[in-house]
Amino acid sequence: MTITPVTIAFAVLAIFTLGGGLGVVSSRNMVHAALYLVLALFGVAGLYVLLEAPFLAAIQVLVYMGAIAVLITITIMVTRRIMGITESVNRQWPLAAGIAALVAVTLGFVVLGLFNGLLPVADVPPDNIEQLGAAFVSHQAYLLPFEVASVLLLAAMIGAIVVARD
Amino acid sequence: MADIFTTIGSWLTGLFEGLGASPALAATILMVLGAAVLASAVLFILVFNIWFERKVMARFQDRIGPNRVGPWGIFQTVADLAKLFSKEIIIPGGADMMPFMMAPVIAVMSVILIWAVVPFTPNLIGTDVNIGALYFVAVSSLGVMAILMAGWSSNNKYALLGAFRAVAMLVSYEVPLVLTLMIPVLLTGSMRMNEIVAAQRIAYLFMMPLAGAIFWIASVAEVGRQPFDVLEGESEIVAGYHIEYSGFAFAMFYAAEWAHGFAICALMAVLFLGGWRGPGVEQIPTLGIVYFLLKTFLLYFFQVWTRAILPRIRIDHIMYFCWKFLVPLSLVLVVVTVLVDKTARSLIPGYMLTGSLIEMLPRAAVLLIVNVAVALLAIAWVAWLGRRERERAEAASVSIAPIESGATAQQAR
Amino acid sequence: MIPLHWFLLVAAGLFSLGVYGVLARRNAVAILMSIELMLNAVNLNLVAFWRYMAPETLSGQAFAVFVFAVAAAEAAVGLALIISIYRNRETVVAEDINMLKW
Repeated sequence: MTITPVTIAFAVLAIFTLGGGLGVVSSRNMVHAALYLVLALFGVAGLYVLLEAPFLAAIQVLVYMGAIAVLITITIMVTRRIMGITESVNRQWPLAAGIAALVAVTLGFVVLGLFNGLLPVADVPPDNIEQLGAAFVSHQAYLLPFEVASVLLLAAMIGAIVVARD
Repeated sequence: MADIFTTIGSWLTGLFEGLGASPALAATILMVLGAAVLASAVLFILVFNIWFERKVMARFQDRIGPNRVGPWGIFQTVADLAKLFSKEIIIPGGADMMPFMMAPVIAVMSVILIWAVVPFTPNLIGTDVNIGALYFVAVSSLGVMAILMAGWSSNNKYALLGAFRAVAMLVSYEVPLVLTLMIPVLLTGSMRMNEIVAAQRIAYLFMMPLAGAIFWIASVAEVGRQPFDVLEGESEIVAGYHIEYSGFAFAMFYAAEWAHGFAICALMAVLFLGGWRGPGVEQIPTLGIVYFLLKTFLLYFFQVWTRAILPRIRIDHIMYFCWKFLVPLSLVLVVVTVLVDKTARSLIPGYMLTGSLIEMLPRAAVLLIVNVAVALLAIAWVAWLGRRERERAEAASVSIAPIESGATAQQAR
Repeated sequence: MIPLHWFLLVAAGLFSLGVYGVLARRNAVAILMSIELMLNAVNLNLVAFWRYMAPETLSGQAFAVFVFAVAAAEAAVGLALIISIYRNRETVVAEDINMLKW
């Protein structure tokens, strides 16, 4: 494997992603966990750029880092009186680690067995995002899921307001 | 269309390849170099901007302003920077080190990143991605995270209070910002910044003045400039989220805020004032940067003007204004614009023609009429609300007024 | 160009970390964050497969967008529930939220 700028970028982003993920599940300070989550999300956004999906990368930054991560951080800060004084993991953590390791090994075997060394079959069409936008509002493609997603978001918004209100 | 910047670019590429770099490596080096130059240029222009702002503010307030360091005090900022750089960064006890030191870096980063998609001339743009407008929204939302980190890690009540206020305000004002950002995107049919500029033979501000106004208000709020500067609010929460920062770390927050203020001027110029467009740009593309900077500085002057003359608004009024006025208004505006534009396309022949200025007039006229109508309705609505509020207040005051004599009080009951 | 399995391995690692977090963390917000990690891993897989297997189609990106929408809804409702529980019971530890357990 030759070292090119792309592979260096991939390595850095993969370290961001996995390191951030590790921080999320292991950090005892919850605010730090949330910041590690931001790091992991940033890594994933960068990986989307490498996968030539800039639209998804922008959505990832906007929705995940700009909204969800901020929401989580604020929730942690608001409830911080009792955050951090508890043990970070419960009694079953060795079992959980075992299961997670099993999942990782299984997925690793499947990936290395089935998809080892595959390269892209074709280039991304230049008007990909225009097509995506048209597909979301075309009744032959994703119009129904798109509308269902809007209803879901509306329901979630109303539900969140009702639940979180006094 | 050869201009000076492409010439420099190809010359540098040739230079790197001559030094033995592969074409891919040369392109990467050029990209890194370009990013460094762009970021430095932004921070360099900042030095001038701070002086400009202080000088203009001073004139508004009938003062002279900085006038000691250099001619007209133009090197005042340099002196200030030297002072800030040489000061110690004091880390408060109980501060959370990692987020505390990261926050200013992220604040500056999120602002510098915006400049990657700002087109200076038809050819000089950091990267002309096909999602330019969305990219702008995405990276500017990163600043929120920096404020939260700074506020929390300082271990200071005022800082946390300021951070919560700031986040509530910034997240709220992102909604009208994105909704009105959609209007130039919809009219152009592209999120590519250069295409948005190229489509503005008539600047969108003259087609969609209301959208431009809402975008401007929302972006000023995003920066946290007066009258929306509650996130700092010296008289209420001393300095908000950066109360505990000193020296270079404070300078970075300061730079981030000023650079953000300038960046929104640049974006307003690009999205609503036609960016690099101006007479003669087709022949000499390099001229575009002059028009672009002219428009940006005009807007910057306007921003300083607003800053100098408006008092700070209370935080609950700011939120009220956003959620109960700007958000519904921008939603209505987007929907009405789309409906009218789509209907007019099928009704008016030659509506979408862009050949010459005359051919574009029908569309501009239709959109302008729609905008003015929506704006008048909104003003009438606000006036009605205000009148109702006043009548209610007057009614409430009448019922407690008659206290002079027992007889009138009896009658009033 | 980077081969496909690199991306898939990163996604697999992220997913496993999420599994561990969901099973082992006590704090409800941490569990929610771990779910976000898993959703991100799934999304990464969707986009990687789209890029390498079928870049001319739209389904990979479209599904990723729907996952974003669902993740946003899930985070909003989940955090609202956590805040509500915190108000009523002064705890965000998942094991202590056991009134329905008999």
